[in-house]
Amino acid sequence: MKQLFENAAIPMKRRQFLKASAAATGGLVIGFQLPGGNKMAQAQAAPAPNMTPNAFLRIARDGSVTVLVKHLEFGQGVMTSLPMLVAEELDCDWSKVRSELAPAAPQFAHTMFGMQITGGSSSVANSWTQMRTVGAAARMMLISAGAAKWKVDVAKCRTNSGFVIGPAGQKESFGTLADAANALTVPTNVKLKEAKDFKVIGKPTRRIDAPAKVNGSAIFGLDVTAKQVPNLHTAVVLHPPIFGAKVKSLEASKVNGVPGVTHVIQTANGVAVVAKNFWAAKKGRDLLVVDWDLGPGSKANTVDLRKSYHELAQKTGVIAKAGSVESLKTAAKTVTAEYEVPFLAHAPMEPLNCTVSVKADSCEIWVGSQFQTVDQGAAAKVAGLKPEQVKLNTMIAGGGFGRRANPTSDYVIEAVEIAREAKVPVKTVWTREDDIKGGYYRPMYVHRVNAGLDAAGKIVAWDHTVVGQSIIAGTAFEPMMVKDGIDATSVEGVADTPYDIPNLQASLHTTKTGVPVLWWRSVGHTHTAFVMETMMDDLAKEAGKDPVAFRREHLGKHPRVANVLALAADKAGWGTTLPKGVARGVAVHESYGTVCAQVVEVSLDKGKIKVERVVAAIDCGVAVNPLTISAQVESAIAFGMSAALYGQVTLKDGVVEQSNFHDYQVLRIADMPKVEVHVMSSTAAPSGVGEPGTPPIAPAISNALFALTGKRLRELPFKV
Amino acid sequence: MIRFSVNGERIETDVAADTPLLWFLRDNLQMTGTKYGCGMALCGACTVHINGEPSRSCSTPLSAVSGKRVTTIEDISTTPIGKKVQAAWLSEDVVQCGYCQSGQIMSAIALLTKVKSPSDVQIDDAMAGNICRCGTYNRVRAAIKVAASGVDAKPMAPAKTPTAKAKA
Repeated sequence: MKQLFENAAIPMKRRQFLKASAAATGGLVIGFQLPGGNKMAQAQAAPAPNMTPNAFLRIARDGSVTVLVKHLEFGQGVMTSLPMLVAEELDCDWSKVRSELAPAAPQFAHTMFGMQITGGSSSVANSWTQMRTVGAAARMMLISAGAAKWKVDVAKCRTNSGFVIGPAGQKESFGTLADAANALTVPTNVKLKEAKDFKVIGKPTRRIDAPAKVNGSAIFGLDVTAKQVPNLHTAVVLHPPIFGAKVKSLEASKVNGVPGVTHVIQTANGVAVVAKNFWAAKKGRDLLVVDWDLGPGSKANTVDLRKSYHELAQKTGVIAKAGSVESLKTAAKTVTAEYEVPFLAHAPMEPLNCTVSVKADSCEIWVGSQFQTVDQGAAAKVAGLKPEQVKLNTMIAGGGFGRRANPTSDYVIEAVEIAREAKVPVKTVWTREDDIKGGYYRPMYVHRVNAGLDAAGKIVAWDHTVVGQSIIAGTAFEPMMVKDGIDATSVEGVADTPYDIPNLQASLHTTKTGVPVLWWRSVGHTHTAFVMETMMDDLAKEAGKDPVAFRREHLGKHPRVANVLALAADKAGWGTTLPKGVARGVAVHESYGTVCAQVVEVSLDKGKIKVERVVAAIDCGVAVNPLTISAQVESAIAFGMSAALYGQVTLKDGVVEQSNFHDYQVLRIADMPKVEVHVMSSTAAPSGVGEPGTPPIAPAISNALFALTGKRLRELPFKV
Repeated sequence: MIRFSVNGERIETDVAADTPLLWFLRDNLQMTGTKYGCGMALCGACTVHINGEPSRSCSTPLSAVSGKRVTTIEDISTTPIGKKVQAAWLSEDVVQCGYCQSGQIMSAIALLTKVKSPSDVQIDDAMAGNICRCGTYNRVRAAIKVAASGVDAKPMAPAKTPTAKAKA
């Protein structure tokens, strides 16, 4: 989603970002002053149940500091990193910091998008100035309250770890001063610390949300029960066998015999069975007999798509990046290759679910959503209400990887529709089969590249054609992210490559298959990095050069990328001897404002790929929480390895052929390599962390296998 | 009527005998620490102990637990090994999204109950049935070793994370 920023009104290039963020702080301060008054310091413990909290921060009389986190927590650590930003400036006692997920509300909008969303690895980046300003403003108010109490000059007071300290040694806790501070006006111009003075930012900090996740007490969306929502029912939905098919006729007599089943409801995209519990709903769902009208549905066949995509790739598509590739004809050497990647399901561990209670003039939703205000608006339409009549509670989510950021709000509006018709509160539960077969996949792509070298082994031209579906076309994001027929996410990582390529032409054939597609951890970079970085390896070989040296020769204008590559190579012992049967491969890629390089060591064990070790280097600007950064890079590598080694959704006559973890395999513990993460020291504003570790891993493995066997793998998942 | 115990409490129920233990725990007892991930004993998110053995509750019908002792994540801190494992999970900052971790922890406790100091291969074997899409596997391994070491994990001990400067 980097391109989303770049095409938006406010550009997101590194330097401009600081300015844009600074401009956005105006919005934050308004956030303090929404109806309900200036409630920065909330004296009473909890707001009334139906009151929307109107601040990012609550300081209670007991001194506890609660930060409302506007983004979804789904593993990436925002419930810790965003409070760290606040705490840095607030100067509170870290042990008293709590973290809550904010509900859907305008004041919690992403500072770049104007919507409350989590994506594009931008949670820390867009909160960087905002959350520090929240902390700094609150600190000034607490100091003012202390100074007024002691009748001393504000300038002579300071803070220390949760206390305001006066010139004569007076000392009051933040909790004691919270009520008085609450009566003050929020300052509009606060000075933020310089990086050299950071005490919290940059300190490896354990996760605030971990204790509740090791004793079973954390409540995920799927864990909403009648405890939270009285009379809660469960719905399981039968979706069409092929995408786009419609119900022709429905036979539900057997379902009514299942004890506990209360409703059978035909929806826009299937038939829901509602019951007192999951098992009854699932049993009922499995007894439905539906005659489907397959007419409008997708009859996509993977075999045919492969053929037609490769055919399309032979011709230049719509130009995404213009370049003269005539010089290929006179190049000293050329390499031509075709690549292919399949549809991929996100398969988060927590299957999709959504709890909804619809009343005459209100609707309440409990959901782990990456798109809170988008889903809130979509739910309002289905419920026949205004968005402000819909209360959306953000629940922690068991992974998401993009699936919970759907511009169509599919799983949310389905739940609202069912609850509206059932007239009881309903939790929809997707089975794993519903999830794997449910569409909204990372699209399938084919690439064709023809690249040439001059006699000195420098790249002279690069003709690159991408074939695949648009993620953005037909969604509300289209005006922002599709320009002149080019979906920016289809070619990101190619059209804007940091490599110095004199004549680069990138073109795109946008296809239609009827299979719903969506962003998947690192979006376009999932396939473009694979192609770019294996192609660079092939070219290095043709040029007779070392793969690291060859890349560096083409990174003259991008020292930051070159430095990250150098760090990974250095830490991995690039060029040193490895045991027999083990080979190294390297890849580097920039995404979401961050550069990540990886050197892998790979062997083959009876024909099975064994990734022994990954050495990663990352430059993501200021390392806010180094512990999270290394965790996210490990995570992104594991996620990318699942796709490199196993991941594949295929279709036959429109029917998805996979259904669960036996035929849609993912990485397990024995496959997990040793991972070292080296974080580049930086004072630049933070950039993305959740996704940039995924793109380099597949090409690095392919490159290592090439070094090991001489055989080049250009299709994912790898078949050796 | 099916009779068994959950975390030491006696249960008597006439819920349909084919109901998986997982959904009885979650929907009837409203104990949601045990998670649904696949329904086919493929991912391990639903792991509980039945008479001390790690078991996938999503594929265990109530009829199969008649007369048995079921232990879930909610009660595991009452045992010394359970306590150690949870502390190690915190000290190693294992969790990310956290959804699979109840199952990971239940499998780890079952391993450490049988093998005091497991090797990497023993860890991989015991944990093979537990999927983590966040890829916390290395920290799972590290936490099991910390728990096995017998040293009390120190949740607030400074963590090590390499920070490096680029070579010129």
